[in-house]
Amino acid sequence: MQPALWLVIFGEVFTRTRVIPTGPLRYLDFMAPGILAQSALFTAIFFGIAAIWERDLGVLQKYLVSPTPRVALVLGKALAAGIRSLAQAILVYALVVLMGVRLRWEPQALLGVVVIIVLGSALFSIFSLIIACLVKTRERFMGIGQVLTMPLFFASNAIYPVSMMPRWLQVLSRLNPLTYQVDGLRALMVVGGVTAYGIGVDLAVLLGVTAGLAVLAGHLYPGLGR
Amino acid sequence: MGDQAPTPAASAILRTEALTCRYGALTAVDHVDLAVEAGEVFGLVGPNGAGKSTLIRMLVTLQPPTEGTAQVDGFDLVRQAAAVRRVIGYVPQMVSADSELTGRQNLLISASLYDVRRRERRQRVLDALSLMGLEASADRLVQHYSGGMIRRLEIAQAMLHRPRVLFLDEPTVGLDPMARKTVWDCLVRLRDDFGTTLFLTTHLMEEAESLCHRVAIIHRGALAALGTPADLKASLHDPQASLDDVFIHYAGDTIEAVGSYRDTARARRVAKRLG
Repeated sequence: MQPALWLVIFGEVFTRTRVIPTGPLRYLDFMAPGILAQSALFTAIFFGIAAIWERDLGVLQKYLVSPTPRVALVLGKALAAGIRSLAQAILVYALVVLMGVRLRWEPQALLGVVVIIVLGSALFSIFSLIIACLVKTRERFMGIGQVLTMPLFFASNAIYPVSMMPRWLQVLSRLNPLTYQVDGLRALMVVGGVTAYGIGVDLAVLLGVTAGLAVLAGHLYPGLGR
Repeated sequence: MGDQAPTPAASAILRTEALTCRYGALTAVDHVDLAVEAGEVFGLVGPNGAGKSTLIRMLVTLQPPTEGTAQVDGFDLVRQAAAVRRVIGYVPQMVSADSELTGRQNLLISASLYDVRRRERRQRVLDALSLMGLEASADRLVQHYSGGMIRRLEIAQAMLHRPRVLFLDEPTVGLDPMARKTVWDCLVRLRDDFGTTLFLTTHLMEEAESLCHRVAIIHRGALAALGTPADLKASLHDPQASLDDVFIHYAGDTIEAVGSYRDTARARRVAKRLG
């Protein structure tokens, strides 16, 4: 529902007003990768709730008593989040096709989109898991989850170019993994889309941050089971 | 049961020395010394909030000890925690089987978690289902299992990798007498067929007497008594004494002084899921 609202209402309105400079791209085409990343983010960021639920059900304790390395448990969950987000991606693709966005259909471009979606969702689901390990209860998690998603979204290049942002926000957007996810998607998803940082940099940032977060989550995960 | 209790020796498969767990000012487990012999069925009994679950959580590496040491099958509990996890199985008090999956699927996941070789998994799962009397229900969703079936499935999951020590935290809480008996029968079969050391916590004296070679009574985090059921009854110097009397003698207290909201809430949740 959210992607539809953003695209149909926000996207259409700002396409007509032309107040956001998006170069040769129509605003709707510029925005589509950002909304795709947003839908994956909003799904992944609440993954930590499932971990708290598993703790309360006793399932988590069973995982933690097994000899499977903690990082492997974390990465397994992250991969599950990534694969789930592909279902959302298919829906967003269907919607943007209906709205006339010019998409790239080459196999390597589609594969690149899949990789970036899975990687981005894995990253934010691990981030969500870390929050769950720190707050430990569903009520606290819901409060923090809501607080984090919107700043992550608005402090990125999802719905406007970085060049339009004030200096301080540009700095924040450079530190925001969502910026690199959207940048990669923009180049691979839409015809005429360009990457500001390079696909290589985008993938390196996403992989590096995911790996770092996975190590941290592996360290914190046992604490959730105590 | 209660006959031929093995005397703990230097070759104990599980040994603790001054094992302690503190949460701030609260001492949940207080300098516990235990030695459990291989193949023994060891019972840990105590009132709610006595420290049974905390002790077992330390022994299965879920909770690091604040003080003291422990070895399981020769591996240090803290320094070799990963090795300990390879040789133990754990059936938590809370229901841990995934109710959205079938019994067989739950077992296959456990086989994967415990690194059972791929070519052996299918057969191990079949053997586990057969041992626990779950072959006919293997492909039904666990949400349709009775409480006793769920517990047997969890025992099967914990045994797939043939652990040396199986820890069971209140394995029959929330079960009716019939279901409880079938779980006991399964545990007896595990002991007899595989020689698995069983370490179980319970607050049911009947369970301790039926299953255990030796019983330790824990009260306010410390060991209050330890021995065979016969020895414990004899310690009261009353030929009519039951194990319930032993429990009350060593751990009896006012109702208000023991137990906690968390323990009670957890026990009710478990009873609700199994009932």
